[in-house]
Amino acid sequence: MVRIRHQYSYWFAAPGIALYLFFFVVPSLTSFFFSLTRWSLTEWTFIGLDNFRAFLDEPFLSKAIANTFVYALATMVPKVLIGLPLAAFLVSGFRAAGFVRSVIFFPTLVSTVGIGITFRVLMNPTYGLIDQALGAVGIRGPEWLSDPDLALLSVAAVDVWSGIGIATLIFVSGVVSIPQQYFEAATVDGAGALRRFFAITVPLTRPATATVVILALIGGLRAFDLIWVMTGGGPGFASDVLGSVIFKQYTAGFYGLSTAGNVIMFVIVAAIAYPVSRLLTRREVDL
Amino acid sequence: MSRRARPAGRGRDVVKSIVSLAVVLVLFVVPFAFIVVTALKSRSESAELRFTWPSELHLIDNLVTVLETRQYMLVRAFINSTVLTVATVVVVVVLAAMLGYVLARRHPSRVRSAISAIILAGLIVPAAIVPTVWLLQAIGLYRTIPGLTLVLVAYGLPFCTVLYRAFVSTIPRELDEAAMIDGAGPARLFFSVIFPLLRSITITVVIIQSVSVFNDFLHPLYYLPGNENVTVQLTLYNFQSQFNTQWNLLFMNILLITVPPLVMFILFSRRIVSGMTSGALK
Repeated sequence: MVRIRHQYSYWFAAPGIALYLFFFVVPSLTSFFFSLTRWSLTEWTFIGLDNFRAFLDEPFLSKAIANTFVYALATMVPKVLIGLPLAAFLVSGFRAAGFVRSVIFFPTLVSTVGIGITFRVLMNPTYGLIDQALGAVGIRGPEWLSDPDLALLSVAAVDVWSGIGIATLIFVSGVVSIPQQYFEAATVDGAGALRRFFAITVPLTRPATATVVILALIGGLRAFDLIWVMTGGGPGFASDVLGSVIFKQYTAGFYGLSTAGNVIMFVIVAAIAYPVSRLLTRREVDL
Repeated sequence: MSRRARPAGRGRDVVKSIVSLAVVLVLFVVPFAFIVVTALKSRSESAELRFTWPSELHLIDNLVTVLETRQYMLVRAFINSTVLTVATVVVVVVLAAMLGYVLARRHPSRVRSAISAIILAGLIVPAAIVPTVWLLQAIGLYRTIPGLTLVLVAYGLPFCTVLYRAFVSTIPRELDEAAMIDGAGPARLFFSVIFPLLRSITITVVIIQSVSVFNDFLHPLYYLPGNENVTVQLTLYNFQSQFNTQWNLLFMNILLITVPPLVMFILFSRRIVSGMTSGALK
């Protein structure tokens, strides 16, 4: 028997692939089936699309879907609009830049639970530091987390606070890769700082922008832990998103409905992430 | 990395520094300082939720009280989280390195692109949670640290494999050929020639993965319910109701479980930064 031993045998990759298939791919595939059932984890009854109908018919469930989009946009847009100018500012060169960057990055390393609890206290309308500080300058602060119109956006603001470090970092690596000569030539031609930012920095950091947009969108659509710790989806169902509905239905024992929520999230994430990544990475920008 | 080539006046430098430090201080340092001062206060003083320096320090008694709560649950949680983190990171590193190596070295083929596509999907697609619970129950690993470890390895593999794959392709193939001529088999080639060369990316992977596993809340919440195998993040979450009026203890808890990631950050900040960006930009 002739045995051809491949130097880079797939057997070498097999343990990783097997584990990944078993614990990630198999549950993902079976979720399509279980989302069509009433399920007790041991027994299931096929009920067709009833779970999905429930999501569309029940106001608090369809509100969760809408909230998921709102949350994804409300976290993504500020990360880009703050992150890119901030990155340009940080690489413009001044003594404290390195320190500032580290401090902004630090929340990335603190657990979401810790951040959530801390900001729940800071956002307390009576005792919280934020409203006290606003009160000191004569502004009556809102009820960040107990106002139904505001709760979801308050959590999104905390999400931006904790995630702006990574976004800025990605933008920084995009900005430093722009050849310095472009800026010099523009300066010689009389372009001011603002003009240079919009004519050079913004178009040439497009790959970094694409990365931030996609990461923030995916993260926002999958959001759960910060919302759960800060509001528990409330007040009422005002800040419920797909992630929190999946958990609530799971703890209530509605496993089929919970899985249907997962499938909806799966479809939304895939349907958005794929075209967005194609669109944003389609062409390189030249000067 | 930062460029100071552009001529910026000294005065301008000072203004930029002072303004940005002031903004960062208010927005980022104050929340952390708040955690620290609250953790050091007495129960009654912490209840006022004010941002003031404690009138007397309660570092030791708060620390001891938090650790003793519910029969040293936080201590057990620290042990559980450490075991979980170390086990997950070790397995992820070895498996992702092998997988990334094979994907980088194989010539393009249908099998290779199929594997790549499935792995890349894991970067985007949210995990199906309830079917995973069902699966873990079926194999008897639900509510166990080994079960959660295997699941977290599967969730961490895509990102780490992408990093390893990109890194392996920068190592010249001539090295492989030289080792083969010297008689090294596939396993020998990988473990004694390639893997040591992956050291710098391995350190990055270890840091990113350990911080994310240690700070993970979602997956222990689903796959490790109950008080038996609680992790530090679950402990903090569960203590909320018990420490409802004891903010000093709750914030001491936050402070304690932030120490390991903080130490990582201080020791390896440059590496964390480079790793996160290289992973993000591919």
